[in-house]
Amino acid sequence: MFKFDKLVFGDAGWGDEFLIATLMTLLVSILSMGLGLFLAIITVWAKIIQNRITRFIANFYTTVIRGVPELLVIYLIFFGGNAVVMSIAKVFGYNKYIELNALTIATIAIAVISATYSSEVLRASYLAISKGQIEAARALGMNKFSIFFKVISPQVIRHALPGIGNVWQITLKDTSLISVTGLVEIMRQSRISSNVEHSPLTFLITAAILYLCLTTISGRLFKTLEVNYSKGFST
Amino acid sequence: MIEFFNSIQNSLIYKNFFLVLSGLDNTILLLLISLPLGFVLALLFALGRVSKITLLSRTIASYIFVIRGTPLLVQIYLIYFGLGSVKFIRESFLWYALKEPFWCGVIALTINTVAYGAEIFRGGIQSIEKSQVESGLSLGFGKFLLLRKIILPIAIRKVLPTYGNELILMVKATSLVSLTTYMEMTGIARKIMAKTFAPVEAFIAAGILYLFLNFLMVQFVKYLEWKYNPHLRLNN
Repeated sequence: MFKFDKLVFGDAGWGDEFLIATLMTLLVSILSMGLGLFLAIITVWAKIIQNRITRFIANFYTTVIRGVPELLVIYLIFFGGNAVVMSIAKVFGYNKYIELNALTIATIAIAVISATYSSEVLRASYLAISKGQIEAARALGMNKFSIFFKVISPQVIRHALPGIGNVWQITLKDTSLISVTGLVEIMRQSRISSNVEHSPLTFLITAAILYLCLTTISGRLFKTLEVNYSKGFST
Repeated sequence: MIEFFNSIQNSLIYKNFFLVLSGLDNTILLLLISLPLGFVLALLFALGRVSKITLLSRTIASYIFVIRGTPLLVQIYLIYFGLGSVKFIRESFLWYALKEPFWCGVIALTINTVAYGAEIFRGGIQSIEKSQVESGLSLGFGKFLLLRKIILPIAIRKVLPTYGNELILMVKATSLVSLTTYMEMTGIARKIMAKTFAPVEAFIAAGILYLFLNFLMVQFVKYLEWKYNPHLRLNN
């Protein structure tokens, strides 16, 4: 039932393919988490400055993306993304066919989803900083950049780390949906292998174990980081 | 004006909307079975998780760990493709359920929501103040009565917002069942996309319907919160 001999490395088994697929999953997760955090910072900024239009756009973005299935967002970006990029290129007078590669589309799609979750976490931890600190920094004559980098950021990181850890787990698991676009990560690899070997159970269980390892190890990592960042604070 | 209405009626989004709408009942059917079942089982699992029987508690903990650590897509595929490839399952009575993508979807969604739900309810049960349990005991409540009158109502009320989030995640999770050839809203949207080569129109129609479904879910959870938190109402 469970064919261990199909999982060896080399030509006889699928071990090396699965290793590459795991690295691909990690790569997509890390890239989209990074891009997602960047988008989330912009979203939070749009929500906290006193501007109705930016706040409306940011709220609309987070509400819609969080209310729509992840798979739908991925389909939309995968099938619609090319058309959007091509119409933008047309404005600049470039009329040839452009095709984004699967990794770019996967990263953008997952980042768009993960940014909505991260933005909620970051906003909550920004609001947890007492106003007095920012006022104190201003009273000391710090400019906006040094307030952001020296007063706000360190505290936001400390408050947000548990939440960001959760978002990371969600993002890692969401990358499995990217398999519908044809990018060979763990899920796609397990489907390919099981189609070749006619043994879905073996490769799907392998995929499950790989995901379990990834989530567990990264969970531990985030725990260590949390302990590191909350030195001197009793939690 | 008439021209305007005609142009709306002839637009792809308008046509797709009703096509996708025909998959709404399949989506709701998935939820109608897996959510109530998941709720009841999650409560039972949470009680088992906090029970003093170590074996039971450990087993449920590892179940929760495995389910929460793997993507739902893996679980759906494991049940639909994986179990179907095992010979003795194909020959047993289980095959009546497992050959249908619908029941595979229901089973996978239930298994998934039970793990998350059990963890949520465990948090609720463990956050109950000891004094409330003690006052129940001092009134001569038995174990079952204590559970029914004090522990469960307070625990469920406390975790309603969190459980509401899980319900919304489940509404979104039903879209994954479309990957097992089950024709619910996402499946139909995909089919339209393949036919018309107009991806944006097809998926926006489906997206609007999912947003509406989630909006209803949020209102439902808000109503439950209002109903079961009478002491928090501002004006009654």
